[in-house]
Amino acid sequence: MASQDLRNGQSIQDLIAKSRNRKGKKITEKTMPILLFIAAFISVLTTIGIVFTLIFETFEFFQRVSITDYLFGTQWYPFSGNNPTFGVLALIMGTLKVTVIAVIVAVPIGLAAAIYLSEYASDRARRSIKPVLEVLAGVPTIVYGFFALTFVTPILQQLIPSLKIFNALSPGIVVGIMIIPMIASLSEDAMSSVPNSIREGALALGATKFEVAIKVVLPAALSGIISSIVLAVSRALGETMIVSLAGGASPSFDFSVTGSIQTMTAYIVQVSSGDAGYGTTIYYSIYAVGFTLFIFTLIMNLLAHYISKRFREEY
Amino acid sequence: MRYIDDSVVMKRMKTRLNKNKSWKALFLTGTLFALLCLVILLVRIVTQGIGYLDWDFITSFASRSPERAGIKAALIGSIYMMCIIAPVSMILGVSTAIYLEEYAKKNKINDFIRMNISNLAGVPSIVFGLLGLTIFVRALALGKSLLAAGFTMSLLILPVIIVAAQEAIRAVPKEQREASYGMGATKWQTITRVVLPAAIPGILTGSILALSRAIGETAPLVVIGIPVILRFLPDSLLSEFTALPMQIYDWAKRPQEEFLYVASAGIIILMLFLVIMNSIAIFIRNKFSKRY
Repeated sequence: MASQDLRNGQSIQDLIAKSRNRKGKKITEKTMPILLFIAAFISVLTTIGIVFTLIFETFEFFQRVSITDYLFGTQWYPFSGNNPTFGVLALIMGTLKVTVIAVIVAVPIGLAAAIYLSEYASDRARRSIKPVLEVLAGVPTIVYGFFALTFVTPILQQLIPSLKIFNALSPGIVVGIMIIPMIASLSEDAMSSVPNSIREGALALGATKFEVAIKVVLPAALSGIISSIVLAVSRALGETMIVSLAGGASPSFDFSVTGSIQTMTAYIVQVSSGDAGYGTTIYYSIYAVGFTLFIFTLIMNLLAHYISKRFREEY
Repeated sequence: MRYIDDSVVMKRMKTRLNKNKSWKALFLTGTLFALLCLVILLVRIVTQGIGYLDWDFITSFASRSPERAGIKAALIGSIYMMCIIAPVSMILGVSTAIYLEEYAKKNKINDFIRMNISNLAGVPSIVFGLLGLTIFVRALALGKSLLAAGFTMSLLILPVIIVAAQEAIRAVPKEQREASYGMGATKWQTITRVVLPAAIPGILTGSILALSRAIGETAPLVVIGIPVILRFLPDSLLSEFTALPMQIYDWAKRPQEEFLYVASAGIIILMLFLVIMNSIAIFIRNKFSKRY
């Protein structure tokens, strides 16, 4: 059976040889990986674009404002006529106030939800609660901002009469609510991946569920939990619309949470929605602030990555 | 002889069991608090906005008087913008995922691409806005157009789509690829005729969820400088436009109380939009996803 003829007189060997030599196919096989690589490289170009944009425009900014005044100044009055000051510490202070309040709100609640879902809840309860939490994560931040301004602030004003309309407390709490699902969901994943045999070992020794959760599961899942918190902090640092709507526009370097603040992100929004002419110092300042914010979140993201890689317990 | 004194054990266990009970209640409270926040948020917005929500609201343009303010330009603008984001981000994202999962060898460049994508996912959206303002609006001179905003948003959600597509492609079992090679198919044929058809439900689900994030994203649009009060619809890729979250932001900032209700009505429209998109994603996941 050297060459078995097909119906129309072609042999299978011929067909194979023909299909092997088809030029179009060869070209596709060769060019597709290159095209795909170019697509993959777009993401690298995006990073390069971000970094270079920020560096170039920030460099332009530092031609006009001294770098030490920027980094160590505590007064941020860019719009004050002839004598503007650009001390970024005032903006950083605003950002940190909101972030710290958010973490104080979100970490206990997020962890409580994670422990409940992973250690106490039945399978059915978990399957219905987790998607609802994810809905909370999918609500646009502009909606949270509106909620902070029109609901949380008025309620807080009843409790604390000295609270201004724009303050750090209300956006801080709402940013906290926004990052609860992130902490809860990622920590729950980390705790669920702790094998059941370890839990059963502890239960067999007479531990209660609470003791198992706190003394066995929590330490084993610690790297995942901490990196989820660090990622949530990074989200809080870069959060924009909530603080723009409810935080106000007067940066100040103090520790008050009842007065008006301005975060780095809110400053960029304020300048962008006004008419800062192209090429003015104020125009370049948003890049310097953006660069500062980028460095903050980059450090947080790398830290989260490092923690989850370095301290992961393998089972 | 009894080795264990029951009463002592019960005495000591009692406090521990009670502790377990009270902590369980506390953990449950935390969970319920998070759910309660969602309920309050939704109820509050619906009760505030429902009165302003009617057909006129959807079909009229923005206005300085709250009675006549409508959301037409923003709604259409958001839909148009999505028509740019969806193809751009999905073509780039799926191509990247195919490259990383099927072709990329383990070397420094590919490791760098992977690490870069995970870092890009953590960059705040407002920084993407600065990128869009510099590159698309100014350097490429696209202006404050649909195209500039669409490209910026595409880059913003690109990492999410890549990761979703990678997971979907990875879930296609190796045996299927090998069977295809065994039949004499080339690598590209295997990818387009075996891997992608099997992975498409997962890719679509992930992409729709990413797109719904892009629809609600406000910060990059503010930085790009998208106008708010527009009394016309965009007629080309390069014309100015406005979008739902932008319009809501503008209403929410206004001091008159009536605009708060208008903003709530706008939020209802935005949330309905998201609910529809998410339902489609869940439908696709349940209907088409296969387990191997």
